[in-house]
Amino acid sequence: MTEATQNATRAFARKGFRISRGNVDRIMNIASPLGLLLLWEVAARLGWIDVRFFPAPSKIFAVMMQLIDNGQLWVHLKASMYRLFWGFVWGGVPALVLGVAMGLNRTLRALVEPIVSATYPIPKSAILPLILLIFGLGEPSKVVMVAIGLFFPILINTIAGVLEIQKIYFDVSRNFGADRLQVFRTVALPGAMPLIMTGVKLGVGMGLILISLAEMVGAKSGLGYMMWNAWEILSVETMYVGLIVIAALGVLFTVLLNELERWLVPWKAAR
Amino acid sequence: MSASTLASAQQMSGAQSLSGAQSLSGAQSLSGEQDVKIRLRNVSKVFETRRGPFVALDSISLDIPTGCFFMIVGPSGCGKTTLLRILAGLETHTSGSIEISPPPPGRPSNSMIFQGDSLFPWMTVWENAAYGLTMRRKPQGEVKEKVSHYLNRTGLLRFADHYPHQLSGGMRQRVSIARAFANDPDILLMDEPFSALDEQNKVLLQEELLKIWEETRKTVLFITHSVDEAVTLGDRIMVMTAHPGREKATLDVPFERPRQVLELRARPAYGEFVFNIWSYLREEVQRARAQDEGRPQ
Repeated sequence: MTEATQNATRAFARKGFRISRGNVDRIMNIASPLGLLLLWEVAARLGWIDVRFFPAPSKIFAVMMQLIDNGQLWVHLKASMYRLFWGFVWGGVPALVLGVAMGLNRTLRALVEPIVSATYPIPKSAILPLILLIFGLGEPSKVVMVAIGLFFPILINTIAGVLEIQKIYFDVSRNFGADRLQVFRTVALPGAMPLIMTGVKLGVGMGLILISLAEMVGAKSGLGYMMWNAWEILSVETMYVGLIVIAALGVLFTVLLNELERWLVPWKAAR
Repeated sequence: MSASTLASAQQMSGAQSLSGAQSLSGAQSLSGEQDVKIRLRNVSKVFETRRGPFVALDSISLDIPTGCFFMIVGPSGCGKTTLLRILAGLETHTSGSIEISPPPPGRPSNSMIFQGDSLFPWMTVWENAAYGLTMRRKPQGEVKEKVSHYLNRTGLLRFADHYPHQLSGGMRQRVSIARAFANDPDILLMDEPFSALDEQNKVLLQEELLKIWEETRKTVLFITHSVDEAVTLGDRIMVMTAHPGREKATLDVPFERPRQVLELRARPAYGEFVFNIWSYLREEVQRARAQDEGRPQ
């Protein structure tokens, strides 16, 4: 058992100790994937599953330590994170600005909405060849893939978030003399923030999917490349290391984004 | 119609106390007139709907003196909220003229206290109360001074860091009152601010509102469907007809200030005056109900 779960158990056992609902949520968020890993290890050791395809987590962990020691994992992780970050910047920020603007402006919404509806359902994996053709095999094509993946969920949720804001708040801001920028900053953006955060969470998930995919084709670094390469040399453990790192990233981002949400949307915290 | 002119001619006594308030606030008045803050002449509002034009306001004319606590009472759907929204700049009128005397430099013309929840859920009590001043980019010192004054007056200073969802309905409405007063407008517009509150909270808030208002004696236009509220708070009451909204009668409230809500309501004269207003209103409420039920009048 990890320190966190032990602490939690101890905290529950101690008489009169009150643990906040938020902390219970956090502990459970960490505990569930760890429990699954434990089950896997037991199954592998007892021979319930074929270890050629499903090696024990401890073996995977050993390979992971090896990859950490020789610095390879860091190289790939850094390359993927770098692309994810720039994809977030190039996809997320325009989506946020355009989303709020479309939510506020009916004309803009009428103009852009059909284009969004037409392009959104296209599978992002299907446009990878086109992206590679346009942006080449270098960094830009990976960043663009991530950016496109992030763009749509953030845009669509931001528009919905602004549209959901009750009219009375816009009346208040008008009556109290807010100019356009102030309405944007004090009403539209914070009012849409709960749904924007939902969009960001969906977008980051989509970004992780797309970055792995893009790196499997025409890249010489990144977690996706590492996994593809492991398949070519039949190193099953390395493939799992890649999967686990991506899964861990998913959890890490969820935790971080939930923290960010608690900080950005404090008025929803108690609900 | 003749009844309305008679009523206002009969009881002009309440108007005398208003001139003192005007010099206090130092506000300008409309050109040519002694102390009229808002003047409406034949103001109409027609909404274009799918079923054709809908007359919300039909030729409203009224003068609101500077420093007057002016009440508009009417059955629901009579267009009184529309009238307030027009004056707040949130709606435009279709015809007629509206004159509002300009506010002193550096102060806004009007601030509205809305019906129901209008506090920004994403701002703390303090940020909500400071909203108008912040939007007008007032210096920090002034914001701090005014906001803490009005939060203190409404008993909410120690809740300054709370979010609206952590407050009761009555407390939230007190924050809206603080927000409007802190903005220091020339005119206060109130749209049934207490209608969602229970009776006990309502009386307390009316009392608090009167106390805060006594400090500044701003011009107030207050919309309500409650005759009790109108008589308790107002200097002058305009009764509106059922749809389409017209002036039915305008009466001056014959009670001196400062007023104590419960003490005032215990007086026999209070009951008589409420009855008097009701005699104008009853028929209109019945008409509004008939309209709601879709029966011919």
